[in-house]
Amino acid sequence: MVRIKKESPDRPDNTAFTQQRLPAWQPILSAGIVIPGFVLIGLAFIGVGVGLFITSRDIQVLEIDYTGTDQTSDCNKCTNPNTKNCVCTLSFNIDTLFKGPVFFYYGLTNYFQNHRRYGVSRDYKQLYGDLANFKDPSTDCAPYRLDSRNNPIVPCGSVANSLFNDTFKLYQIVNGQRNVVPFDGKGIAWWTDYNVKFKNPDVTPLQNAFNGTVKPLFWTKAVYELDFSDPSNNGFINQDFLVWMRRAALPNFRKLYRRIAEENYTNGLPAGNYSLEISYNYPVLSFNGRKKVVFSNVSWMGGKNDFLGIAYLVIGSLCVVMSVVMLIVYAKFKFPEDD
Amino acid sequence: MGMDFSTLRTLISRYCVGEENWVDSRTVYISHKEPPPGTEAFIQQRFPDNRIVSSKYTFWNFIPKNMFEQFRRVANFYFLVIFLVQLIIDTPTSPITSGLPLFFVITVTAIKQGYEDWLRHKADNAVNKCPVHVVQDGKVTCKQSRKLRVGDVVFVTEDETFPCDLILLSSSRDDGTCFVTTASLDGESSHKTYYAVQDTKAYKTEEEVSSIHATIECEQPQSDLYKFVGRINIYMNNEPVARPLGSENLLLRGATLKNTEYIYAVAIYTGMETKMALNYQSKSQKRSAVEKSMNDYLVVYLCILISKAIINTALKYVWQADPNRDEPWHNERTEAERQRHILIRAFTDFLAFMVLFNYIIPVSMYVTVEMQKFLGSYFILWDDEMFDEELGERAVVNTSDLNEELGQVEYVFTDKTGTLTENNMEFIECCVDGHVYVPHAICNGQVMPGSDTIDMIDTSPGPDARDREELFFRAVCLCHTVQVKEEETVDGIKHGIHQGKSSSFYISSSPDEVALVEGMNRLGFTYLRQKDSHMEILNRDDKVERFEVLEVLSFDSVRRRMSVIVRCSTGEVYLFCKGADSSIFPRVISGKVDQVKARVEHNAVEGLRTLCVAYRCLSPEQYQEVCHLLSRAKLALQDRDRQLAEAYDLIEKDLILLGATAVEDRLQEKAADTIESLHKAGMKVWVLTGDKMETASATCYASKLFRRNTQILELTTKRTEEQSLHDVLFDLSRTVLRHYGGMTRETSSGLSDDYTDFGLIIDGATLTAVMRPGQEGSNSGNYKELFLDICRNCSAVLCCRMAPLQKAQIVKMIKTSKEHPITLAIGDGANDVSMIQEAHVGIGIMGKEGRQAVRNSDYAIPKFKHLKKMLLVHGHYYYIRVSELVQYFFYKNVVFIFPQFLYQFFCGFSQQPLYDTAYLTLYNISFTSLPILLYSLIEQHINADILKKDPSLYKDIAKNSLLKWSSFIYWTALGIYDAIVMFFGAYFLFDNTTFTSNGQLMTTNTQMMFGNWTFGTLVFTVLVFTVTFKLALDTHYWTWINHFVIWGSLLFFVVFSLLWGGIIWPFLNYQRMYYVFMQMLSSGPAWLSIILLITTCLLPDVVKKVICRALWPTTTERIQKADKLYKGQLSEFTPLASLHHQPKAGGLQRGSENQRNAAHPRRSDTPIKKVMYTRWQRSTNYCTFTPLPLFANGSKRDSAYGGAESETSV
Repeated sequence: MVRIKKESPDRPDNTAFTQQRLPAWQPILSAGIVIPGFVLIGLAFIGVGVGLFITSRDIQVLEIDYTGTDQTSDCNKCTNPNTKNCVCTLSFNIDTLFKGPVFFYYGLTNYFQNHRRYGVSRDYKQLYGDLANFKDPSTDCAPYRLDSRNNPIVPCGSVANSLFNDTFKLYQIVNGQRNVVPFDGKGIAWWTDYNVKFKNPDVTPLQNAFNGTVKPLFWTKAVYELDFSDPSNNGFINQDFLVWMRRAALPNFRKLYRRIAEENYTNGLPAGNYSLEISYNYPVLSFNGRKKVVFSNVSWMGGKNDFLGIAYLVIGSLCVVMSVVMLIVYAKFKFPEDD
Repeated sequence: MGMDFSTLRTLISRYCVGEENWVDSRTVYISHKEPPPGTEAFIQQRFPDNRIVSSKYTFWNFIPKNMFEQFRRVANFYFLVIFLVQLIIDTPTSPITSGLPLFFVITVTAIKQGYEDWLRHKADNAVNKCPVHVVQDGKVTCKQSRKLRVGDVVFVTEDETFPCDLILLSSSRDDGTCFVTTASLDGESSHKTYYAVQDTKAYKTEEEVSSIHATIECEQPQSDLYKFVGRINIYMNNEPVARPLGSENLLLRGATLKNTEYIYAVAIYTGMETKMALNYQSKSQKRSAVEKSMNDYLVVYLCILISKAIINTALKYVWQADPNRDEPWHNERTEAERQRHILIRAFTDFLAFMVLFNYIIPVSMYVTVEMQKFLGSYFILWDDEMFDEELGERAVVNTSDLNEELGQVEYVFTDKTGTLTENNMEFIECCVDGHVYVPHAICNGQVMPGSDTIDMIDTSPGPDARDREELFFRAVCLCHTVQVKEEETVDGIKHGIHQGKSSSFYISSSPDEVALVEGMNRLGFTYLRQKDSHMEILNRDDKVERFEVLEVLSFDSVRRRMSVIVRCSTGEVYLFCKGADSSIFPRVISGKVDQVKARVEHNAVEGLRTLCVAYRCLSPEQYQEVCHLLSRAKLALQDRDRQLAEAYDLIEKDLILLGATAVEDRLQEKAADTIESLHKAGMKVWVLTGDKMETASATCYASKLFRRNTQILELTTKRTEEQSLHDVLFDLSRTVLRHYGGMTRETSSGLSDDYTDFGLIIDGATLTAVMRPGQEGSNSGNYKELFLDICRNCSAVLCCRMAPLQKAQIVKMIKTSKEHPITLAIGDGANDVSMIQEAHVGIGIMGKEGRQAVRNSDYAIPKFKHLKKMLLVHGHYYYIRVSELVQYFFYKNVVFIFPQFLYQFFCGFSQQPLYDTAYLTLYNISFTSLPILLYSLIEQHINADILKKDPSLYKDIAKNSLLKWSSFIYWTALGIYDAIVMFFGAYFLFDNTTFTSNGQLMTTNTQMMFGNWTFGTLVFTVLVFTVTFKLALDTHYWTWINHFVIWGSLLFFVVFSLLWGGIIWPFLNYQRMYYVFMQMLSSGPAWLSIILLITTCLLPDVVKKVICRALWPTTTERIQKADKLYKGQLSEFTPLASLHHQPKAGGLQRGSENQRNAAHPRRSDTPIKKVMYTRWQRSTNYCTFTPLPLFANGSKRDSAYGGAESETSV
């Protein structure tokens, strides 16, 4: 019998890929690699954690609740929903210099800005200055799309309608004299928001674009009246409005109101007595919410947050502990192959 | 053996239940000529044309039909429902999120199926339009194949393929026969003879043929290729003549005409009614164990999904009980919503939650699993090691659904002939009345009663004995269905019968017959050819003897014998019968039965295949009776088979024993090595064969299925004759159980060398008795349980004397026993088809018995030895890959969706999605899909060489161990843990703090607050990285592809996010993601928390891995470690057995074993390897060495450890 020696046409390709022999790196998670790795990661994390923790501790935060449920509070008088244009004053004092720049926030609790029904109730096109949507706002805006006489609401929707409308004025009491602490309201919203995402309609004067529309039901003035002094902060690109329109992730939130970094206060708020004048408009008691104001300064890693530092410390130490445990296991049940 | 057709017959008739009783018949008018008036009036039926339609769709119905087909799948339907719900109700996520992936999946599948169907259309057209020659009005005309009608007379020339099922009318050969190969139908390349109707065979020109006036009555088409009954009525001289038609007259579509110049035949079944078309039925779907687990998990996840939705809906209404929470002044409902009934609102909410969480069951999982299976099966096709040069064949994958099942096999059922053995028959000896004749290789027409091998039982043969001897030789020369193929050119491969003369060789569907006829040739009697129904034999004196063949009682596996009735030149009529000893001896009335029987048994023990030959002289009266019996049976339209069998039974009796033949079938290359590996891999190997016990058990010993120390338990008719079945069974089970009761301690080591194992031999008859359902009383029903119990404790079982259906029965019995083990059946012949289809995995061997097994199998391999790589390497890999794929998919979707569930608690259960639509849509499609797909295609946790060398690694994955509920729970728990870490990590960073971008990097004194989308994006970023890194941690085999895909996916995610947030997309009606990702990246704390959260998520899994690896390493892990240490050279020289997990005890005795071990250097290694080797020796102090095998001789150890291929052949 003669066997024909020739390459069969059906023979599979003999390449590294088809024969599953591609060169490969074959790492194994063995104790020898993982233990030193864990020690290194652990130490690095502890280092970062310590840094974060110290930075975070240096950040000063002053938080004042002004809901007014407390009888002693000056704002108690404003809790009655029938009171209009109520103004109350909060006094507080600062012992040491509150290092600047100081950020001034208002905070709300139990306020579900992340509620879906609330969140979808807005019209992006309208806020982009699209006049077609002025006449006919998106149906997403319901129930704040048209008023009772079927006029379109601009800006429509729940989010815009519920714009936070308490206003604050801060005075430093120096020798019984009330000195206004100047607030800076620029750059508190995202740069991209007031330059790209939100646009006023291309109409001058701005007011004309809003003919035939009504302001949101809750509002006392129209959107083009938010800041007469500065056209770049008026209408849809008003920064307070933009800050509000960016929905908070969680039901208890703070939003940036102003920065204090001007005139005598570039270095922060000096020690002393202060008085905060609040025009109290925003009702929160119906849903058991609270209102507060917060003064805080920031570091390179943002605002005060002990959690991140502590978490780093905990995970770092866990890594180290784990490596020790593994070392014990390894020493006790050591395998010859690891020599 | 030529027993295969009947198997197929039974098999196919099983498929078409009910058709057996189909009395309906059809009448065909040849050349469309009406029968003469006065004959029974037939109603002319309408028959389909000869168009073959294998395509499923037409251009018009493609879209609706394909959609319907696709949405019939539960998964697709589920996603469609989700999509529709999203369209109808006001849901949290846009319908795009589920519509797009669904659309993608459906489109890809539709394109694939459309393309396949287009190919089918093309193939159909090619077939339907090919020209055929039809006789019309006395002329041959050309027609397109599809226009062929029933009743047309077709003219076919040599090497043409039949265009439809035809009844042969006449052929160019004088005897009215033609030769046909059915290679493309059932793979049998042998030439089969078909016969023309006796009364029409003389019509040889087109004019003559068109003058035939006849009708054919036959059954309606059925799919059995080998079954046909019909009748032809020929109207010659007013008097109609009826003749029987059988499968020997029926030429099947797809078969090819050979060795015959031309034929005329009439079409009776056309188009989709041809037997070939009827046989293209889809096979039953087999589902793998992994798929079953996957479905179980799916149900669990569906329950989780529904309960999540219910919990959230319920909590939502509890929480909303306070109207101020439900509808605070700043978030009022619309009037329409207020008026909606609370129940409708609750139901809508429930649906909305379902939609929100539906991603937990991803569409892409099904697609990925399917792609993995489809693409992965190419590695089997491509495997060069499974390519057989001799056959020029590579492995074939008929279904890719079962790849991973190859890694789960617990029982292997193998055929013997052609599977374990080569099915390459060689004539060894024959025995006539006790005289043994051994042909010598070079002995031309000369009787050589092998001088030293002759077994002189009787005195030297006298003149009388010489007659008997010649009668025997003639009998063997005549009693067969071998054909002679004459070939003009001398082909080097074929055997020439006569040097110098025109070269010719024998062809038969049974290799035994060829071996016998060739053996006779070497003993002096040469079968020349069959001509004009005469067989010609060249006898010892170089004279031609002619015998007229009167009848052929063909072989079938029930009778296990065949006969011919011939008339010699002197006029005497003989019946020669050849068959298995068990079917011949009971019918023998005289002859030297004892001597022959002794020789037959002796040969059987040697592992030879034996056949007995007997004859009977028929007197003219007897012959008349025989003719009468046969013709009556043959004419029957119904139950012809049974009637024939009865007739055969009456004819084949009162035989005179002549002698026996012995044919050797050599073991296949490396068969023993393969069986040994399968044993070591923890599989139980059963041999199921139709052969007799002695032959089969000899093969079993040779193939190391039984070892020298195997204790053989017999459950055969011989034993049950002495004792009742009941007693035998109880006896055996007592033996087995007593033994195991005492051995449990030692056997726990898991290695089979050190204790006697059991081998069971059972034969078909006893098996029937065991399996018989309980008739008398209740206890007989227990036999099956008892039998199973015994089998479970035997490492090897041999079932001999099995009918093909019994093979399937056994497989079924084991399959349905209470452990539900995974079974694999492997065989090469049509008689194995039933078990191949019954077993979980069916493997066909590309043997000499045609392609039946290959066509019906799930996988086909060229040789038995390839089973080793198929199971131990491919099966193992696929199992590891698929199980990781499944677990990982569920894991990554838990991690994906659980934070969204948690978020509901913080957003007033308002179905607010945590992630943006784009992220929800693309998470499973693109961010995390490719790494796991590539992992599941190319992961190799251990090198293939090691897997092959150490079969016991297979045990590590036995019983679906990677998909056990415990590991499923681990993965799910890990997923939930990760989800909690991600969500609450982000939560504490956002909650009540000024987690902001201070923007000081860009402009001084600005600060920006983050909103809910940043929160979601932060969680999502951590999610994508964690999930990808988790896979990276599990990857053991990092090729450049893995690097590319893993890092590429992460990069893609980042680039996509930058793009998605970097542009005001004009087609979107919302811009909520604008600059969110960039702003997040500009924040230091975000970076720090991303790093922290990823680390925290991965930490426990890494710790678990390291600790488990150190404390409770599996064999796999030990070997990985060792392989790593020796930089991949482990596979070449290390005794892997030493790495096996052993109870840690007693180091002393092991030391001594090491010394012994050192005294047997395994191989002469290169010096470098030797150094490595000694290092190894030192290290073995710490782990137990394999207990020495009982045979402590060096060469055996070689084969056990070094993998040297020592092969014992019979």
